[in-house]
Amino acid sequence: MHPILRNERLSPNVTRLVLRAPRIAQIRQPGQFVIVHLGRGAERIPLTIADADAAAGTISLVIQAIGKSTTDLVELQPGDEIADVAGPLGRPTELPDHGHAVCVGGGVGTAVILPIAQALKRRGVAVTSIIGGRSREWVILEPELAACGTVIACTDDGSYGRPGFVTEALTDVLHGGPVDEVFAVGPVPMMRAVADLTRQAQVKTTVSLNPVMVDGTGMCGGCRVTVDGETRYACVDGPEFDGHSVDFRELSDRLSTYRPFERAALERRACEVGLRTRPKGDAPEAPPPIPEPVGTGARS
Amino acid sequence: MQILRVAMPEQEATVRATNFREVNLGLTYQLAMLEAERCLECPKPYCVDGCPVRVNIPRFIRLLRDGDLPAAAESLLDDNALPCVTGRVCPQESQCEGVCLRGKTGKSVAIGSLERFVADWAQAHPEGVPARHATSNGRHVAIVGSGPAGLTAAGELAKKGYDVTIFEAFHAPGGVLIYGIPEFRLPKDIVQAEVDRLVEAGVRIEANAIIGKTFTLPELRERFDAIFVAVGAGLPVFMNVPGENFKGVYSANEYLTRVNLMGAWQDASDTPVLHGQRVVVVGGGNVAMDAVRTSKRLGASVATIAYRRGREELPARAEEVHHAEQEGVEFELLTAPLEVVGDDERWVTALRCQRMELGEPDASGRRRPQPIPGSEFDIPCDMVVVAIGTRSNPLLTASAPELHVNEWGYITTDEFGMTSMPGVFAGGDIVRGAATVILAMGDGKRAAASIDSYLRGEWPPTPPEAPAAPAHAERTDGPARVATPA
Repeated sequence: MHPILRNERLSPNVTRLVLRAPRIAQIRQPGQFVIVHLGRGAERIPLTIADADAAAGTISLVIQAIGKSTTDLVELQPGDEIADVAGPLGRPTELPDHGHAVCVGGGVGTAVILPIAQALKRRGVAVTSIIGGRSREWVILEPELAACGTVIACTDDGSYGRPGFVTEALTDVLHGGPVDEVFAVGPVPMMRAVADLTRQAQVKTTVSLNPVMVDGTGMCGGCRVTVDGETRYACVDGPEFDGHSVDFRELSDRLSTYRPFERAALERRACEVGLRTRPKGDAPEAPPPIPEPVGTGARS
Repeated sequence: MQILRVAMPEQEATVRATNFREVNLGLTYQLAMLEAERCLECPKPYCVDGCPVRVNIPRFIRLLRDGDLPAAAESLLDDNALPCVTGRVCPQESQCEGVCLRGKTGKSVAIGSLERFVADWAQAHPEGVPARHATSNGRHVAIVGSGPAGLTAAGELAKKGYDVTIFEAFHAPGGVLIYGIPEFRLPKDIVQAEVDRLVEAGVRIEANAIIGKTFTLPELRERFDAIFVAVGAGLPVFMNVPGENFKGVYSANEYLTRVNLMGAWQDASDTPVLHGQRVVVVGGGNVAMDAVRTSKRLGASVATIAYRRGREELPARAEEVHHAEQEGVEFELLTAPLEVVGDDERWVTALRCQRMELGEPDASGRRRPQPIPGSEFDIPCDMVVVAIGTRSNPLLTASAPELHVNEWGYITTDEFGMTSMPGVFAGGDIVRGAATVILAMGDGKRAAASIDSYLRGEWPPTPPEAPAAPAHAERTDGPARVATPA
């Protein structure tokens, strides 16, 4: 059992959970993830380890509530427990040890960028982080990333920071001076757009993929992605790959496999919650709005 | 008077094809006693030689016939840690029953059905065969993987007083017995009860521990006096044809894991699974039969097996093929996949195949299928399950460079099951490639005996335990083998 120690809302649908997982906290490396299983009947959900405190024996998971299972998770409060946390899984990020790296995070993908940026700073790499959200309240982890270097926050509606998409800010940074490597994590269209930009600029680009996954150990093959024309398993060969070689169209397609199931499960959940919490006679609460299909599976 | 072999009562085919309840219902007491009478009690019982874990078959059948069920159960459990499982999934026709003397002139004794009867009785009457707590000998053994090999080794070692910890990557123990073999062939409550029995005997199970990730093998070696590695075969093999990554194409591992381990066949599960209406399963082993019969139960109106060889060559147990046919599964034999066809949204719409004919025998002794030019045709479908085998998972072996593996990544061992790392033993599919539950259990039993000899300082053991070491020389057709793990 893994007790929850802290639950902190970072944006309207993104939550940071801090939980006990001493072994994982001790050995995890940037880029790695865990599989979380809330208990009997629950899904197994892959989530990137956003941060860890080896001394305290805790890890941080940043979770976007997009489906029934992720909504169950973000509602956990201190004192609640998660039955199963398995990991750390996946290959650690291959980190450079000098030069200038740009870390691009979109939405909840910013949480995947954070441990990479922290590790780059520790290794003496200059870090520029470009993070984006729909509007001010959707920009997350800016203070944490500011501790690693320069941060350019972007909002689609211009309500905070630089107006526009992260790709526009990245274009300026690429023109502004030498960039040795780009790390980009976010919705599939964002990662594809970043990869298109940096391909032209010939800058090495690493993306972290979030396909459908069950076991996380290579056994199911559900997370297969095409990289450079070859089928690879994101759980054991990744989750990070060369952004210039990933078949994003296929990734995006495969991520939509269970969308009707997810929608139905979320609606069912809303009804059940409504029935549980509403006093008799009241109209059941409307189901929460279905978030935009941002192309993310569960993994943040 | 000649007694005929009793028939296993089963759920009617049209009914069972719509539910997940067990197909075989088990013998009644009367049927079991009748069948027990048929054992000839051969002085040189071939059946025991035919059994990979060397169950003393005539002994438990005699005790059953004498009406002493507790003694029969104790005898069986002494030889076999998981008799409820093997009584259901063993290919008896090619093992104990295949060499039964009765079979020479008529029908062999229904050993599997009798084993299941006695084992089920033991599970229903735990007071009849209480778990024995051996006095601890203070030595610690780690077992990696809680499938049939790991559970068997754990049972054997616990009996001898070893302090056993099983490390399991999933959140629930049982390995292929839980994630692979479906409920209708092996109810999960039964597997859980077998696991509970081991826990009661003092075996510890640490779930969510992925050796190679959470702990490396060398780290484990420092903490334990000996290790048994039984992680299974692992990675699914795909067809390597265009369109294979379209939506609606599953590996059998993924499809069965969603349905079995994650319980997606029940409404209460949060894990989704596609309910294909027209399903094609590629492959001819037990895993393929499990997948196709599962799809039928999840509502497929047409469920088809596509297999590149002929009926004679189907590697699945005869009973599974027979049950699948009864349930309305269609067989496209001598059929090989060429391409997965999809629509604009990349959902599967058909499996493009070609007809094959059998040519000369290949290195495995089976006649090699060859394509018939111009025979291409489409099987319309909305779901494809690929069940053509597995290959070795490098997750554990990559964390221990000193552990020797063969060219396909399977761990190599000596005749006693020890790997290139002293004190580290291995067995089951990670040594053999995809094989059966009972062969894995045989490896577990042998490894337990070897570990016992090793830790008592009697090394090498003489003579070796009877079940022969897996013969690597027999593996000639490379890593992509037809999956038959049951």
